[in-house]
Amino acid sequence: MALQVPVATASTSPAPVRPAQSRPKKKGRGWAGRLEHWLYLAPALIVLIALLGYPLYQLINMSLYDYRQAQVSGNAPLNFTGLENYRILVSDPEFWTVLGNTVIFATACVVFTLLVGGALAVFATRLRPWVRTTLFAVSLGAWATPAVTGSAVWLFLFDSTQGLVNKVLAGIGLSGFSDFSWTYDKWTAFGLVASEVVWCSFPFVMVTVYAGIQAIPTEVVEAARLDGASMPRIFTNIMLPMLRPIVMIVTIQSIIWNFKIFSQIYIMTNGGGIAGQNMVLNVYSYQQAFAASLYGLGSALGVIMTVLLMVITVVYLRLLKRSGEVL
Amino acid sequence: MTTLKVSQPGSVTPRRRAKEKKSRKGWGSNAVGLLIAAFVAFPLYWMLLSALKPKTALDAGDSTPWTLTPSFDSFARVLSVNNFGQYFLNSVIVALSVVVLSTVLAFLAAVALTRYNFKMRTKLLIIILVAQMVPIEALTIPLFFLFKGFGEAIPAVGLNHLGSLILVHVGFSIPFAIWMLRGFVAAVPIELEEAAKLDGASSFKFVRSVLFPLVAPGVVACSVFSFISTWNDFLFAKTFIISAQENSTMPMALLSFFKPDQNDWGAIMAGSVIMTIPVLIFFIAVQRKLVSGLAGAVKG
Repeated sequence: MALQVPVATASTSPAPVRPAQSRPKKKGRGWAGRLEHWLYLAPALIVLIALLGYPLYQLINMSLYDYRQAQVSGNAPLNFTGLENYRILVSDPEFWTVLGNTVIFATACVVFTLLVGGALAVFATRLRPWVRTTLFAVSLGAWATPAVTGSAVWLFLFDSTQGLVNKVLAGIGLSGFSDFSWTYDKWTAFGLVASEVVWCSFPFVMVTVYAGIQAIPTEVVEAARLDGASMPRIFTNIMLPMLRPIVMIVTIQSIIWNFKIFSQIYIMTNGGGIAGQNMVLNVYSYQQAFAASLYGLGSALGVIMTVLLMVITVVYLRLLKRSGEVL
Repeated sequence: MTTLKVSQPGSVTPRRRAKEKKSRKGWGSNAVGLLIAAFVAFPLYWMLLSALKPKTALDAGDSTPWTLTPSFDSFARVLSVNNFGQYFLNSVIVALSVVVLSTVLAFLAAVALTRYNFKMRTKLLIIILVAQMVPIEALTIPLFFLFKGFGEAIPAVGLNHLGSLILVHVGFSIPFAIWMLRGFVAAVPIELEEAAKLDGASSFKFVRSVLFPLVAPGVVACSVFSFISTWNDFLFAKTFIISAQENSTMPMALLSFFKPDQNDWGAIMAGSVIMTIPVLIFFIAVQRKLVSGLAGAVKG
């Protein structure tokens, strides 16, 4: 329908007027043509500069100052301290613990998300259509679930007294679990959060990889099967190499997402766990800034976080380029 | 080579055998598939079930996986006592404003970046790609002060007002939306634009009444993304709306049900259901377009 719009206007416009009308317009377009794209770009660019560019600059700037509550309210002079905030961080063992937590937690989330998502994508190709549709539908449901509500449900399932998991475990004879607190120990708490994260992020991997598998010509797989290749062999030697670009995209995307996790940790461990044992960089930065009013130190953490992700992104782009993807 | 020669003369039998084998094998894997589906769906089911269970049953520690006496008591408690309706409305206002604003801005930018050739084009594209990768969570601190400043000039877009949440999410949604819409805009043949221009349509008219309807699937897909990321946002809702309770959005309201001593799980689950359902409907309704949109973004 929309395709016919220009044709329709052509037939209704009176023929003799057209040349006269288009002449000055063409001239005008020649002048405006050079600026037209900037008109289209301007609103988005203004928003991006104001809400991403400037804050990014300010983040770096603030990380170089001794910026605390006193400075915010104007009761103390604002002192440029250079890299002092970073020096404090580097010499603070807690920072290294948090960094370690972040890397371990994010890596575990990435690995399990990819394993579960990838395995289910391959598995889905062998299912009947209606079973596959069911699996995809419920996975979409998990994918769509907001982090906040997903965290709430998983927390409820693993609640020490009212949670279903403990009741089932106690019911099958593991009485040690009857009042077991999953959030008390550092690693069980991380494990709980990671399970929720995998639950709501594997569908993205599954759907994307499945689409990739569908794009592989069936003749290739069929030929390998006729040659007597086993299913795992077909997967590792034929499917995986063909899926490489897609696998790479979902891997990097998962890394970026999982390094940035905030809501799940914050909600499920009540702001970073007992004595901050479940802090990851994002939560740590937030707590330093908004709970301890150490805005300069929080900003320095933000910078570290950004640099870390930027490095990952650059590596990602490099890999994309090497695999022949064009920007 | 040898296998090929062997299989060629009797090509019908091995194929039939493979088919039989597949269907017999399929029985087991299909059952496992359903089991996995049930496992994945279980948390959502448990959420709905617990929201519908009477409070007395939940407090008594009832953990039967069904309920014979469903009640809307928890929903009523959440909506009346905790004023959840207001928070729901706030979330809707913020999310819809973000969808409209970010889609329009991103669409116009995508047009400029695909339909025009200019010096800065590639540079801008790379900047936008990088902007998409900036961890917005790291920007919370400077944004907090930025909006504090905005609020002193124009209160409606300052801290404690919905305007601040709308603006911040428009900013975050735009880079991805541009990147995604670019592929769709580029797919519209250039001849169409030439035809429209020959017919005397101004460039803006072409963009508005020809291009925009044609990229509708892409627009839908990127609307969904901005809607979901805004709807689910917890960090900025928590940071920006500090004292004005009436301007809180749902994630914050839900968090307020968590009490250190005894959580009212019925209310938490009812609130979660209310918060999850719109996203679920949105997601499922546009699922097909979403996949094609994703493909467009990847290809673009």
